[in-house]
Amino acid sequence: MVRYITVKLLYMLFTLFILATATFFLMKVIPGNPFLGEKKLPTQIYNNIMEKYGFDQPLYKQYLKYMNNLIHFDLGTSMKSTHLTVNKIIHSSFSNSAKLGIAAIIVSIIAGIGLGIISALYHGKVIDHFTSILAVIGVSIPSFVIGPLLQYFLGVKLGWFHVAGLKGPLDYIMPTITLSALPIAFIARLTRSNMIEVMNAEFIKTAKSKGLAKSFIIYHHALRNAILPVVTYLGPMTANIITGSVVVEAIFGIAGLGKYFIDSVTNRDYTLIMGVTLFYAAILMIMRFCTDVAYVFVDPRIKLSGREGNA
Amino acid sequence: MSEVLAYKPVLEVRDLRVSFHVREGEVQAVRGVDFHVNPGEVLGIVGESGCGKSVTAQTLMRLIPSPPSRIKSGSVRFLGEEVLLKSEKEMQQLRGSKMGMIFQDPMTSLNPTMTVGRQITENLKKHLKMSSAAAQKRAVEMLKLVGIPGAETRIHQYPHEFSGGMRQRVMIAIALSCDPALLIADEPTTALDVTIQAQILEVLNDLRGRLNTSIILITHNLGIVAGICDRVVVMYGGQVAETGTVKEIFNHPKHPYTEGLLKSLPRLDTSKDEPLIPIHGAPPDLVNPPTGCAFTPRCPYAMKICQRLDPGLIDCGGTQAARCWLNHPKVQEAKA
Repeated sequence: MVRYITVKLLYMLFTLFILATATFFLMKVIPGNPFLGEKKLPTQIYNNIMEKYGFDQPLYKQYLKYMNNLIHFDLGTSMKSTHLTVNKIIHSSFSNSAKLGIAAIIVSIIAGIGLGIISALYHGKVIDHFTSILAVIGVSIPSFVIGPLLQYFLGVKLGWFHVAGLKGPLDYIMPTITLSALPIAFIARLTRSNMIEVMNAEFIKTAKSKGLAKSFIIYHHALRNAILPVVTYLGPMTANIITGSVVVEAIFGIAGLGKYFIDSVTNRDYTLIMGVTLFYAAILMIMRFCTDVAYVFVDPRIKLSGREGNA
Repeated sequence: MSEVLAYKPVLEVRDLRVSFHVREGEVQAVRGVDFHVNPGEVLGIVGESGCGKSVTAQTLMRLIPSPPSRIKSGSVRFLGEEVLLKSEKEMQQLRGSKMGMIFQDPMTSLNPTMTVGRQITENLKKHLKMSSAAAQKRAVEMLKLVGIPGAETRIHQYPHEFSGGMRQRVMIAIALSCDPALLIADEPTTALDVTIQAQILEVLNDLRGRLNTSIILITHNLGIVAGICDRVVVMYGGQVAETGTVKEIFNHPKHPYTEGLLKSLPRLDTSKDEPLIPIHGAPPDLVNPPTGCAFTPRCPYAMKICQRLDPGLIDCGGTQAARCWLNHPKVQEAKA
């Protein structure tokens, strides 16, 4: 286990290094830079700025300098909002994204598994068909459609919620629904099919032959086996929710990291693009790693070993 | 155990009929089965796939979901009480405590995500209201009883850490943990290789001597029946074809199907080159079961009456009875 964790951490650092390098050079390949706007700056001023940020240096020197700063956890200063460091921007804006993301993850897991179990236990009944329809809707309608629809009906027509912003706890409801619609639908379908399969397994018959009550069997014997594949999905789901939050934050006007990310790209804000990309990547890798470790606790057959492909 | 011995027989099945409703119609899987199990006895139920032996066994514990199955008629009296009239709650009290069951495939019949110890103790906690510590102690005892070495550490392990034979021993330990009056073993050795089969049978044989448990052993292997059973019920097409003690059945089979089964077995005293004799044909269609004897199309001795009329079980002397016109007094007379 310790060996596995060390190896995984080393892999993660290596991946981050590759990613940082690739992003750095890709950014430089794209024509333009943060200071080439519609209105041309006087040559003298432009040259001064270039010198200040070290853009007059050869590319490899810029790269080495950036990497050196990165090792010291210094992501630099934003090139547009010069009074803010990238670290500060991430720090202040990520809390909004994180709150929304965590709410969406929790809602997805609870609602998804719950709906899945209910439809499996009432397999073929009305409630099962109902959740199936909900699941199809959740999977097939993109968040940029669900979001505005919610805003229009619940916000504008009914006036139940604020159309945008994150001022009170109620304001979380619409963005969370928008963000978790897809994962809920996916988890519900996954749980349903697994649960149906598990309830027909031989060991459930064994449990019945021991005289255990049905609710006991479902809770103690079926559930854990049925949610194993759901655990596998948690990694990709977090990725979905994090990338999805970029869109949802834009729709609901939430000052989260996603919004900064989009702005940074249109602004060619080199340091901010780099910083946010690396931060997102690190979060995704950590979540995937957590999924792997969680698997060990849910499925006793899995042992984590240091070798790849053995986990 | 005097409580169990007071009931003679432990289990009595009368005219049991079970059907499955499928798209093609009603499959009459069990068509009027009668048998009984005496205290401490091992009863073998033998027959080919689809003859209704597993359905019969699972109906005894009411384990087959309904729908699609339906118990149409009959009576199952267990320890003096009618099983078929019990509510689901009452059945839960009975299952696992007074009746235990082991299944065919030990690789899938244990929960992969639960320690073996917990799978034994949950039984004890429910039925005998044992504390965790007492149940744990009993679980270790049970594992020792079925011959699992290092039981103290093994109870903390998961099923995937056990071999197939060891898992079947665990299943036996679970089924016997509450000291049931009846153990139903549904093809307990079919999924195991031959040497492990022998070991499992040895465990069962050893335990029947030590515990006061009657056993119903369902199998298609006559060798196993000869080795461990006291009496045999041979089933064919959802009915009892022949019943009697092991000696009676093996020495003087009175039903052509039993005879065919015995002939199709390799024997030590016949030459290696002599081919085995198969039973030709296919088992009967249970959606439209034949009106006469179900075995008629495959029977080398079939007579006119066989197709028209079912003979019912005809007494053949001793405890033996067979569902075959050849045993009818008039046929016997004509032969003589």
